Formats: sequence, structure tokens, C-alpha cells
Amino acid sequence: MSQLTQPSNLDLLPTEFEEDARTTVRALLAERCEPSAVTAMYDGDRAIVAPLWRTLAQELGLAGLLVPEAHGGAGATVREAAAVAEELGRGAAPVPFLTSAVVATTALLGADTEAGAELLGALAAGERTAALVVPFSTAPDDALAPLDLTDGAVSGTVTSVAGAVEADVLLVLVDTGSGIALAMVEAGAASVQPVVSLDMSRQIADVVLDGAAATIVHAGGEPAVRRALLTGAAVLASEQAGVARWCLEETLAYLKVRTQFGRVVGGFQAIKHRLADLYAEVESAGAAAVYAAATVAADDPDQHVATAVAQSFCSDIAVHAAEEAVQLHGGIGMTWEHPAHLYLKRAKADQIALGTPGAHRARLAELVDLPAESA
Amino acid sequence: MDLDHDVHAGPSADLEKRVAAFLDEHDPATMDRLDFLRAQFDAGLAWVWFPEGLGGLGLPQQLQGIVDEAMSRAGAPTNRPETNGIGLGMAAPTILAFGTDEQKQRFLRPLWTGEEIWCQLFSEPGAGSDLANVATRAVRDGDGWVVNGQKVWTSGAHNARLAILVARTDPDVPKHAGLTYFLCDMTDPGVEIRPLRQITGEAEFNEVFLTDVRIPDTQRLGAEGQGWKVANQTLNNERVSIGRAAVRETGVVGVLARTWRERPELRTSDLHDRVLRLWVDNEVFRVTGQRLRQKLAQGQPGPEGSAMKLTFARIAQEATGLELELLGEDGLRYEDGQGWTMVRPDRVDFAGRDAGYRYLRAKGNSIEGGTSEIMRNVVAERVLGLPGEHRVDKDRPWKETAR
Repeated sequence: MSQLTQPSNLDLLPTEFEEDARTTVRALLAERCEPSAVTAMYDGDRAIVAPLWRTLAQELGLAGLLVPEAHGGAGATVREAAAVAEELGRGAAPVPFLTSAVVATTALLGADTEAGAELLGALAAGERTAALVVPFSTAPDDALAPLDLTDGAVSGTVTSVAGAVEADVLLVLVDTGSGIALAMVEAGAASVQPVVSLDMSRQIADVVLDGAAATIVHAGGEPAVRRALLTGAAVLASEQAGVARWCLEETLAYLKVRTQFGRVVGGFQAIKHRLADLYAEVESAGAAAVYAAATVAADDPDQHVATAVAQSFCSDIAVHAAEEAVQLHGGIGMTWEHPAHLYLKRAKADQIALGTPGAHRARLAELVDLPAESA
Repeated sequence: MDLDHDVHAGPSADLEKRVAAFLDEHDPATMDRLDFLRAQFDAGLAWVWFPEGLGGLGLPQQLQGIVDEAMSRAGAPTNRPETNGIGLGMAAPTILAFGTDEQKQRFLRPLWTGEEIWCQLFSEPGAGSDLANVATRAVRDGDGWVVNGQKVWTSGAHNARLAILVARTDPDVPKHAGLTYFLCDMTDPGVEIRPLRQITGEAEFNEVFLTDVRIPDTQRLGAEGQGWKVANQTLNNERVSIGRAAVRETGVVGVLARTWRERPELRTSDLHDRVLRLWVDNEVFRVTGQRLRQKLAQGQPGPEGSAMKLTFARIAQEATGLELELLGEDGLRYEDGQGWTMVRPDRVDFAGRDAGYRYLRAKGNSIEGGTSEIMRNVVAERVLGLPGEHRVDKDRPWKETAR
């Protein structure tokens, strides 16, 4: 037992900064992120994305949240990023916050080159948007597949990359012969092929590189990538908690006004009990996500356990909440017009993103000494 | 960041000095146990959040840890709280909230020291979830009351000196309005206690038959007809006291994890995923409780408490059921030692004894202190604001309702 990490008694209550960020993002999304505009993305109309992201990234400064002030960022922590992600999840917002401002930015944080530091500044200012070129399903401890780098040119294909469609610069894992390095490639030098995605509000793409010019921005790439994926997974848990919260709140509001058999549907005990259970799940998901973000923010020894726990739990709760939202809305929940499907698709894709719940439990088995059956 | 110490730096330093001074004057190694506990009470170090003169110092409850740690380090005797859960967790806060000065002076000190053990005479065969339906009658007789009726699910009645009792004093008004709360002497000759054997084979609980039991009016707690309000104070304390977990791998999931580690030959891939899911659920439950306690410490009462009881019961039942499957052949055996022998334990440990006991005892977790079905109604109505259940008896005189 001595090798196992112990839980930390971190403060899990929101800071004033977090509350402010939350309120601001919520107000902006209410005004600028109409569900119908998100639904239009499934029919190929992505008009909502660029102006919404520009406002969030530049005017609200959310692109630079995790970037130190010395590099022009806000110098905030993963706690604040998680609060923003929860609101973005609540709004099913189609912006590359998680992929650029959290994952790609974290990968660059310790960049040991001038080019890397420069890019970090551009990301912080919201002038550029980046994506880490790995399959979106990659768990923080999965094997990494660096691409071939020859004479400053990188070649290879990486499938199912999230955030690449919105990015103007790609962070590619390359094999330097002495390990994995992080290289930047201009999006224009790559072939970014959008894929018809389960979740079109975070459309994935296959990235094909054929001798694209690459500049190494971080020689010590693997720890940086691992850190970025872990941070992404912890923040994703908050996004999932936000998705689940929207599903609960929206379903609750509907069931308080919808009547059948001369009664409000939310008064039937079969419905009340399902909502009570869902409430318990959503509250628990919120706590698990905050704890994961707090441990990553504090670089606490418990962060790997906390993130695996949060991903295992919040992934399934978000899906369950979205499935309950569809079912408890009855027929309207199955329509294209009602936004419930946006959340179902986001929840299901998020469940697979950055490691499935099963992958996180397998990791947890090692971390907390509950090994699988011996071979 | 340690909330307790930052916020209350002054009071906590004062309290540390006060405990040290107390221990200087009272050596636990040489003093009689009860004398020590009585002195601790009189020094306000019993429950520091209680008022001065009643075993406390009027300090925030979180500061109690300072006293408990210092006492433990000094090898001081405890008041054996595990043997008086009803008294400490339920009777005491209710007496503090509704008692007269005389009642507080008379009852709180021997309650805290453990000289007087308490039990709870609330549930009846016809009043379980619908507690306000109690039929035990208390009738005025001079300067006291005469009580007749039957109570059930009374844990520790056979060890108890006193009981908190809810009885009907007015059957002509609707059920919630006709109840009164009493402090009942369990040594009254009209009190008959019969063990209630349960599915584990033992009897934690009792049936209590009350026949012409006399209670002086000075042992009425709160006004006549106010019993429902007083009882709710007690029950809120019950729900708060259930569902605490500050350490990782507590309770039955901790037992399950240890068995998994120690018995590799029992592992299968199916059980592995189920063990991990429960471990995750239990850890999330712990973190949810941690956040809830932080909210409470800041004076933000969270509504998660009722929901947490639901989660606690589900995890306990799944984990104990899973543990029996994991044990395989060993799971077919029920306790080498005690077996199904009828005994009357004076304490309960949900994570104690063997796997078969834990599985069967956990069945009570979704019943005691509010069934999971009632808790879902509570969450749906009070937290989520959904409509209440139809109540046909709410406005009718109790004596006219169907029973």
C-alpha cells in the first residue's frame, strides 16, 4: 500500500475568478451560441465557429488562460480552465478551447525553443489556433506514434484528430532518433481532411503530411505530450459534467411544464425517481471533475488517480444524462429540431475522447494496485 | 490550504492552550474514567460547539478535532461514542434545540459521558416511511402523561436508560399536528423490550411495547402538538450523520479491495471491471462528501446530503454482493464463529464480520434513516422542485384516516 498515492484535502469550492469566468462564458453563449446554429454544422454550415471562437479567445482572453503572464497569458490554472470547459459543455459550444487552449497550449508550456515560446505568445493572444496531432481517442498513457522526420520535413498520416479543422498550426510528434519531439507545421503545409463525425460540433479530421516543413518547438516532447493529454483529460471531465448538467436542467424544466393525463409529467413518481438519481450522478460528476482539475492544477501526486477516476465516472454520467434527456423528452427528444441530440452526440464522442472509461479504469488498476487476473 | 486553521487561527490557538491546561490538571493515567469525562464536560471540552455550561464553549464544530487529537495523544478515556450513537447524534442536538434549561442541565451531561445510553422510539408497525402516522397514544394524567403503544426498529433499547419518543396526543387533528415529543425513562415497569431478530441472525433492533408508561410533563420536549417539528430536527441529524467518508477506501469497498489484493487466485476479468467501477464510485462518493463538508463549513448548506445517502446505499449493496461472488466457494459459508446464532450486539459495523454478514446487513442501508424511495422523493421535491405526491390524509383528522 505504501506506493499508492493518498487523496489530498484540496479546496474544492469555486474561487471568485472561476465564478466570474463561468458567468461571463455562460452569458456569451446564451447570446451567441444558438443551438440551431450548432445543429447547422451537421448540414455543413460552420458559420458560428470562427466569430464565436474569436470572441472567446481574444476578447475574453480565454485562449491564454493557461499561459503564464510572462508569455502574454492570464497565468490562470487548470481549475479556471475546467470552469470554462464546464460552461462550454453546458452550451455544446463548437469552439477549439479544449484542443487549442488546453491540450496544445499545455504541450507547449515548457517549450525549450524560441519558436515554441513565440508560438505560445501567439496562442495566448488568440492570434493563432493550434492542435496536437494525435487521434482524439488517445489516453494520457497510451503508446505514442511519432512521425518520420527527415531533413526538416515530416511525413505520415494521423487519423481522427480533434481541433485540426480549426487550427492554423499543427503540433506533430516526430521521431528524432533519440526520442519524441514536438514539431510545428503550418496547417497550410498539411492536408487536413475533415471527417463526417459523430459529433460535428467537434469535428475530427485526418491529417496527412507529405514532406511538410516542420520546426522543432520542444525537443523533450514526450513528457510535454503526456502532461497535455492528462490535463486535457482532467478538463474534459468538467466539460462532461457541464454536458450532464445541461441535460438534467433542460429535462427538469421541460418536465415541469409538459402535461399528460391532466398532470405535470414531472409529478409521476417513475419520472421523479429517475431525476433524483440523475441529480445524484450529476452532482457527483461535478465533484469528481473539480477534484481532478484541482490536483492537476496543484501538480498534486494524486492527479493521475484523480483524472482516471474523473474520466471513468464523468464519461459515463454525461452519456447517461444525455440518454435520459432524450428518453424523458419523449418524441421531441428524438427530433432534429430539439438540441438534445447535440448533447447526446457530444457526450458519446467525449466518452471515447482522451481514453475510454475502460482505458482509464485499466490505468487505475495499476495506480491503486487492483491488478487484473494473473495470466 | 487548511480552512479550519486559517479562518480560526485565534480560537484554535486558545483552544489548544485550554486543552493543555485541562490535561495538566487532570491526569488521565491516574484519574477515574468517569470523573475524567465529567470534568471534561464541565470544562466545555465535550462538544466545543455546544454552549458554555452545557459541555461546550460556543466554538465552531470543526474545532472539536483539536480537542479529540490532544485527548487521544494524552491517552485520555473516550465516552465510547459507538455505544451511544442515538444519544450523541440525535437526542443531544434535539434537546439542545428544544429543551428547557432544566432538561439541558439534567440530560446532556450523563448523555455525553455515556452514563446514560439513549434509544429512539419513533417507528411503529404502521408508521415507517409515514412516520407522522404514529399511533402510540399519550394521554394527559395530572402532571404527567400515560403512554400506550408499540414501537419497532429500536436499536440498543436493551442497553438504553432513556429514549426519545414521538406519541400521538391529539387524534382529532390532522396527523402532523397531533404529535408530541417526550423523553421516556426505559426503566419504567410498563416498558417491555423484545429483541427483533433480523436477516443476519442477530438482533440489533428491538420491538418495544409501552403499557401505561408514565412520563412526567417535565420530560415533554417542545410544546404539545409540536412533535413533528421536533422529530424532524432529530431526523435531519440522522441523515447528516449517515454518509461520512474522509479517507480513501473506506467501508465495504475497502474490504473488497483488500480481498482483491490478497486473493489473486479469485480474480476474473468480469469481476475486475466491476471492482474497479465500484472503487471509482466509492472514490467519487468520497470527493463529493469532501466538497459537501467544505460547503457546510462555509455555511453553504448543500442539498447533496439526501442524494449522498442514496449513493451510499447503492455502493454498499453492490460491493457486498460482489464480494460474495469474488469469494466463490468461501462465499457459501456464513461465519465460522458466530454463524446464525441470535445475539444482541451493542454496536454495528457495516464493514465488520464476514462477507455474508456484510451482504445481508447492507440490505438495511436503503431502508434505515429513510428508504431510498423516500429519499428520491425528498430529492425530487425539495431539491429539484418537482410536484409532491398525492396525500389523501394530510388535512383530515388522524382518527378518520385509513390504517
